[in-house]
Amino acid sequence: MGASDWVVEDPVFATKALRKFLASLTSREAPVLLDLGPVVGSNVNFFGEQLGCKIFIEDIFANLDQHVRDQKLEELPAFLKKRLPQADGTVDAVLCWDLFDYMDKPSAQELAIQLTRVLRPGGTLLGFFATSQARDTRYTKYVIVDEVNLKHRPYDAARGRQTILLNRDIIRLFEGLRVSDSFLLQNNLREILFRKP
Amino acid sequence: MWKRDEAPKPASGQPAQPVPPPAVSGASVPRVEASHHMEKDIVNIGKSVVIKGELNGSEDLTVEGHVEGTIQLRDHVLTIGPNGRIKAQVFAKAVIVLGEVTGNVTASDKVDIRDNGSVDGDIVSPRVAIAEGAHFRGSVDMQRKGNAAAAPAAKPAEKPAASAAPPAAAVPQAAAGQRA
Repeated sequence: MGASDWVVEDPVFATKALRKFLASLTSREAPVLLDLGPVVGSNVNFFGEQLGCKIFIEDIFANLDQHVRDQKLEELPAFLKKRLPQADGTVDAVLCWDLFDYMDKPSAQELAIQLTRVLRPGGTLLGFFATSQARDTRYTKYVIVDEVNLKHRPYDAARGRQTILLNRDIIRLFEGLRVSDSFLLQNNLREILFRKP
Repeated sequence: MWKRDEAPKPASGQPAQPVPPPAVSGASVPRVEASHHMEKDIVNIGKSVVIKGELNGSEDLTVEGHVEGTIQLRDHVLTIGPNGRIKAQVFAKAVIVLGEVTGNVTASDKVDIRDNGSVDGDIVSPRVAIAEGAHFRGSVDMQRKGNAAAAPAAKPAEKPAASAAPPAAAVPQAAAGQRA
């Protein structure tokens, strides 16, 4: 067997928040979900089958990457202000994944404002936050295996994580939301579930 | 809808030269002299064909050219080939995308965006497959609740609709740091 014949399987890690995230939506008829990550076909199917929801795919990682490559990061906050076409209070749930770890503060702040704007009262937002700095310049596609497991599939990024956000920073960032659940996983990833009051 | 190439085959057994399909423009229903493949009930719109207007059909169709407007194949499969470029609202039983689609896609059975396929628009379909290397921007509505209004040709929902319970009370728990 040649080296090229080896297939590297994506590592699978536990998730505690996804089940709660789903539970917050199952009682809603045809909920609207906003996914800020790259499109993952199996995730779309998973949410479609589990929730019968409408999913908006808005790949903010790609926008961030483009701004880094174009060396126009200072324009990103203004871009994000107009990026989401959803009307106020029309989204039941947002999947941020670990997007905020890769953003500068002004961009993160603007995006948090926009996400709070589009969320319905009672809506849920799920974010992942690293607790240790990784120096590799890669994003991660989170591929849902089931309610309690995620496959972490790395892919190239224009730059790496920018910051390790402390709990208080995260809470300040999402001023209009309340933390409903927080989990620290064994892989040092924090999963935080927010609710809009 | 699709006028087949009815030119008689030469007696020598050589295959008949396909009639080059004309570019059709205007909002009226175009008459497409599509190249007719040997496969049963599959019509191909070739690379050089540009269609602007409304396409209606009652057989499977493969598009390798450019189409702008509306495509309706309510009970059939639309395939946008690797060279196909669509700027249109699409309604079909199943849609397979290997090329580029800009516009909303409604399928009563399935939408399948293959590797290197691209869709910019909203998808309404009970089944959606998006390959790893595909590009997609828009929304996906998988109609578990049997939203027939969005796709009149849609089959009844395969899964029973979940009982409509009242929304869960939005009572946030206290922030609880739990190590999993």
